[in-house]
Amino acid sequence: MAPKTTAEVGGMGHAIKRKEDPRFIRGQGRYVDDITLPGMLYLDIVRSPYAHAKIKAIRTEQALKVPGVLAVITGETLAQYNLHWMPTLMSDTQMVLPTEKVMYQAQEVAGVIATSRYAAADGVDAVEVDYEPLPVVVDPFKALEPGAPVLRTDKKDKKDNRIFHWEVGDRAGTDRAFTEADVKVTQHIYLPRIHVASIETCGCVADFDRVRGKLTVYMTTQAPHAIRTVVALVAGHVGLSEEKIRIVSPDIGGGFGGKVPVYPGYVIAIAASVVTGHPVKWIEDRMENLQADSFARDYHIRAELAAKKDGTMTALRIKTVADHGYADAAANPSKFPAGLFSICTGSYGFKNAFAEVDGVYTNKPPGGIAYRCSFRVTEAVHTIERMADVLAQELKLDPADLRLKNFIPPEKFPYRSALGWEYDSGNYAGALKKAMEKIGYAQLRKEQAEKRKRGELMGIGISSFTEIVGAGPSKQFDILGIKMFDSCEIRVHPTGKATARFGTKSQGQGHETTYAQIVAEELGIPAAHVEVEEGDTDTAPYGLGTYASRSTPTAGAAGAMAARKIREKAKKIAAHLLEVGEEDLVWELGKFSVTGAPQKSKTIQEIAFAAYTNHPQGMEAGLEAVSYYDPPNLTFPFGSYICVVDIDRGTGEVKIRRFVAVDDCGNIINPMIVDGQIHGGLTMGMAPALLEEISYDENGNIQGGSFMDYLLPTAVETPKWETDKTVTPSPHHPLGAKGVGESATVGAPPAIVNAVVDALAHLGVRHIDIPITPEKVWRILKEKGVAE
Amino acid sequence: MAMHKITVTVNGTAHSAEVESRFLLVHFIREVLGLTGTHIGCDTTHCGACTVLLDGEPVKSCTVLAVQAHGRRVMTVEGLERDGKLDPIQEGFMQEHGLQCGFCTPGMMMTGHALLRRTKNPSEAEIRQAISGNLCRCTGYVNIVKAVQYAAAKQQ
Repeated sequence: MAPKTTAEVGGMGHAIKRKEDPRFIRGQGRYVDDITLPGMLYLDIVRSPYAHAKIKAIRTEQALKVPGVLAVITGETLAQYNLHWMPTLMSDTQMVLPTEKVMYQAQEVAGVIATSRYAAADGVDAVEVDYEPLPVVVDPFKALEPGAPVLRTDKKDKKDNRIFHWEVGDRAGTDRAFTEADVKVTQHIYLPRIHVASIETCGCVADFDRVRGKLTVYMTTQAPHAIRTVVALVAGHVGLSEEKIRIVSPDIGGGFGGKVPVYPGYVIAIAASVVTGHPVKWIEDRMENLQADSFARDYHIRAELAAKKDGTMTALRIKTVADHGYADAAANPSKFPAGLFSICTGSYGFKNAFAEVDGVYTNKPPGGIAYRCSFRVTEAVHTIERMADVLAQELKLDPADLRLKNFIPPEKFPYRSALGWEYDSGNYAGALKKAMEKIGYAQLRKEQAEKRKRGELMGIGISSFTEIVGAGPSKQFDILGIKMFDSCEIRVHPTGKATARFGTKSQGQGHETTYAQIVAEELGIPAAHVEVEEGDTDTAPYGLGTYASRSTPTAGAAGAMAARKIREKAKKIAAHLLEVGEEDLVWELGKFSVTGAPQKSKTIQEIAFAAYTNHPQGMEAGLEAVSYYDPPNLTFPFGSYICVVDIDRGTGEVKIRRFVAVDDCGNIINPMIVDGQIHGGLTMGMAPALLEEISYDENGNIQGGSFMDYLLPTAVETPKWETDKTVTPSPHHPLGAKGVGESATVGAPPAIVNAVVDALAHLGVRHIDIPITPEKVWRILKEKGVAE
Repeated sequence: MAMHKITVTVNGTAHSAEVESRFLLVHFIREVLGLTGTHIGCDTTHCGACTVLLDGEPVKSCTVLAVQAHGRRVMTVEGLERDGKLDPIQEGFMQEHGLQCGFCTPGMMMTGHALLRRTKNPSEAEIRQAISGNLCRCTGYVNIVKAVQYAAAKQQ
């Protein structure tokens, strides 16, 4: 679709260069660790070497003798202010600092405040802690067994380690469909713990002004307003009142979900600033980041698929154990303990489905956040896209044919899924056929057959995913009771330029550019003349922040709605200036013209000037509007990915030869940025499929707590992604747009796993758990007698 | 702890300071000189966010001691732009959408800049090899490769 606006205006569809870039390419970004305030102190944290232990004593005398060390904050210190515990976003509780026991390795035990980061680190080394080790529970299945040690002894009535049991769908109907099915396949799938590992770690500078009674916190947060409210709720009793709290989210070096939660370090820094009256900086190092911050996944899934002989899918049944670690510190909407896992019916027209998830406590760090995905959608998509291939293999059908047979057809949208979602729009076959054509699917199958004869291992994998993003409608979606709307305030200045503020916060997505394009599209003010601001709670309207691909579906929509309010007022002013009735005016490309007399017109810039200099009698001056947008539904981006892999029979190494991604995110704001989001998402999809995992030994010791062991993809392993698109607009979003930042992370892993399994299918391999490391593959090759 | 007087030429200007033996070059650059374009991502030489040029060669300044830079030349991201004119590598990153969050970008550009000094017209494989010590979590590297190619073409 050709853009409606000129390149000079730069509205939707223009690949304009990013407004953020001039500062970043000069090293002039302002990230949290770049902030230095007069008199600033540094916080460093003592962490537990044990996964479960009683704290017998914390001795701080030696630490306090270290030059530059001013104070050591312990759980006892915070307990004086009743700040030693905090709520999680899932209404669970978690320690800020312990007073009795530690519950996971790398848990915060004490904070050292010093005049430099080196002195603070010296202080940490000098704090002596006596621990008495306790039995460790690492396996979530053992945690659920009767007689397992109850971990959350702080909860008076807690008799076991189950956090929640959640279920959705028609259990009886699904069971019946399974009884009646021609074919049933079952597969256990484990999605291990992984970590978002944004290149910037987490941190903050807390600055309490004792005279004004005002707390300013510069912090790495994806949701500054929500954090402000949480701080007010947690620390209201010590005098921190919401209007006296300012959260500033400066430039953020990648978020991916890891910068949604509140970590103890932030709270200790705030407490330290309030107590000392100095600004306090806390910046975690990479090992702290990997070992203690919220993890993603850790879902143990048992999936069953029922079908007719011809491959028609009839029912899906899933039982999952979710290991949340010490606390349920996920960042899901409150009514969704398993996030949006119920998107697990995927792109297929199931009549019956049932899913259940049990959340479990173990002695691991708390969490359950997303990893560049909308609340457990990756887990759901991995399950259904793997199961589609398991079924295809069972029935000896081509996985593309099986998918085409079962897709929800375009004419069925809006489509009500068996688990209750109303999919807004889709053309699944269109995306898959385009991907097949682009990659040369039929030819690849021929090549594979020939290679098999020669003993070479080549596989082709498909994933036809459906995403669910843009949380969300207020009737279902809230976080701690706050509805998940988002917001925009636009001020058009007398000279026709605009400032637009949003309740979200970019972490690299390019909001300063794409939001300006939305305003340009709706008002005809060139994007170059629209200054976008986010992340400062003193100035931005209240919003729930950026995660779960919600920015375009919610705040982007708010931008369009606020602009339309401005246009309504502009129309009245134009009618006044042109001395005609409003009904005689038409809006086109940044100006109002008189119907039938197009030479009589007023541009938005002329109207803006008049709004301050010559507005009609009885009308208020100015040209501003604010919108709090409550989306009527979520958006459902989709796509089809095809991956071709070659496997080295000597080493077990999987090489991605080609990867074609056809995405559909509805109408596109900036095609350059969308492509960039997909490239990045694909790489973060490949990462857990082939490389990343955080595991624990039986004592709860982390394996993979530094970049030495936790392998992020480099430019060498990452293939040259090939992207393409189809465009199926969202019928309910004001711009027809859907979210896109996470589609590829969600869609890519099963395409890669399906390709590897496909390469080995003739040897009897049906499933491999991620990450598919060379060792894992080599062991399979060895077992099957084909290793070289 | 022993203190050392060091003089380091950073982006063409000599700077002197008294530093502890253990003081890292990246902290000297960021905290003593206030040049915050050089970032810290891992402390263990894996991520490359702290890459600067030491006598023209890319190094990870989180694992170089400030005293090791005494009497030597350091170039940081702030030194790329000359007389108001962007370095081709900076232009390349902007034109080819080679950055998103911007955190790895300075280190990535320094590595790219050094590569293009050595190799005028590198192949894609050479570019990927050269930046393999610089991690990016946002871009998937596709456009970073294009950015380096853009700069290579511009310098021809």
